[in-house]
Amino acid sequence: MSRNIAAFLLVCIGLVMFLAIAELPLYGSPDTPVQNYVAKRYVSGALSDTGALNMVASIVIDYRAYDTLIETTVLFTSIIAVFLVLKKGTN
Amino acid sequence: MSLQMVDFLNIMFLSFLIVIAIAVSYVRDLLYAAILLGAYSVTMALIWLLMSAPDLAITEAAAGIGMTTLMIAVISKTGREEE
Amino acid sequence: MTDFVLKRIVALLLPFVQMFGMYVIFHGHLSPGGSFSGGIITGLGLIAFSLVFGLDRGTEKITDRMTTLIESFGALWYGAMGLVGVLRGSAFLMNKGSGVPLGEPGKLYSGGLIILITLGVGLKVGSTMVTLFTALMEEEG
Repeated sequence: MSRNIAAFLLVCIGLVMFLAIAELPLYGSPDTPVQNYVAKRYVSGALSDTGALNMVASIVIDYRAYDTLIETTVLFTSIIAVFLVLKKGTN
Repeated sequence: MSLQMVDFLNIMFLSFLIVIAIAVSYVRDLLYAAILLGAYSVTMALIWLLMSAPDLAITEAAAGIGMTTLMIAVISKTGREEE
Repeated sequence: MTDFVLKRIVALLLPFVQMFGMYVIFHGHLSPGGSFSGGIITGLGLIAFSLVFGLDRGTEKITDRMTTLIESFGALWYGAMGLVGVLRGSAFLMNKGSGVPLGEPGKLYSGGLIILITLGVGLKVGSTMVTLFTALMEEEG
């Protein structure tokens, strides 16, 4: 019985997800909401702003530097948690 | 709309993903589950490459292999069979 | 593990794996890759070493103290690189606005602070992988 309920719920969630995916714009189409002035600014100005050829690196480490800084902190916190749980005998 | 080579590759890799995701739920041995996780990341890396995101592809491949190694390390400490 | 073939192959491959990881880290601003993937590759080489040669010899090469230091100073290094902008009279984590020489695009030194930040974060991620592995594989853990 509970298996049937779970299967029914899964089918419902899958249907909703398929409906949502059907609404998405086509991959690589030029008139999506993503292609606004911010993307144009990055594509045209990344090289002269940062001097790095890899645009992903220039966005991750220069334009969005705070994001990467906090991400590093998240890694640090996870290591602290692992030490807290797994390391025995050290202080 | 005519299907191109990229579309066939996309369909193939996406169906790989579905097959792997279904196979994980049937596998009882945790080592096989970890190996399937590695296969999932490699397929996902190829999909990123097809979507012309090589940055994500190299990160996905490296992180997938790393996670698989750590998972196998955890499995070797605990029991191998799932209860 | 005492397999002769595994030991020789890992001993042969280890420098090349480390060099490739360092290549990915140092060329993060020129080609695909970057700090996270390069750091994971570098860490995985060391993990392979301690898998094959035993955890004792692995922690002999990369001691716990060393990983802890790299871990902490990798995070601090990022903040210090951010303070360069403040000291030069600009905003925190500013790259071009702080007056750092940007270099010629396409050369190894280009992009100002990006290569330094990538080096710090990459080493930190590599030591994170090694630390996770040793913490999971230790006897009492």
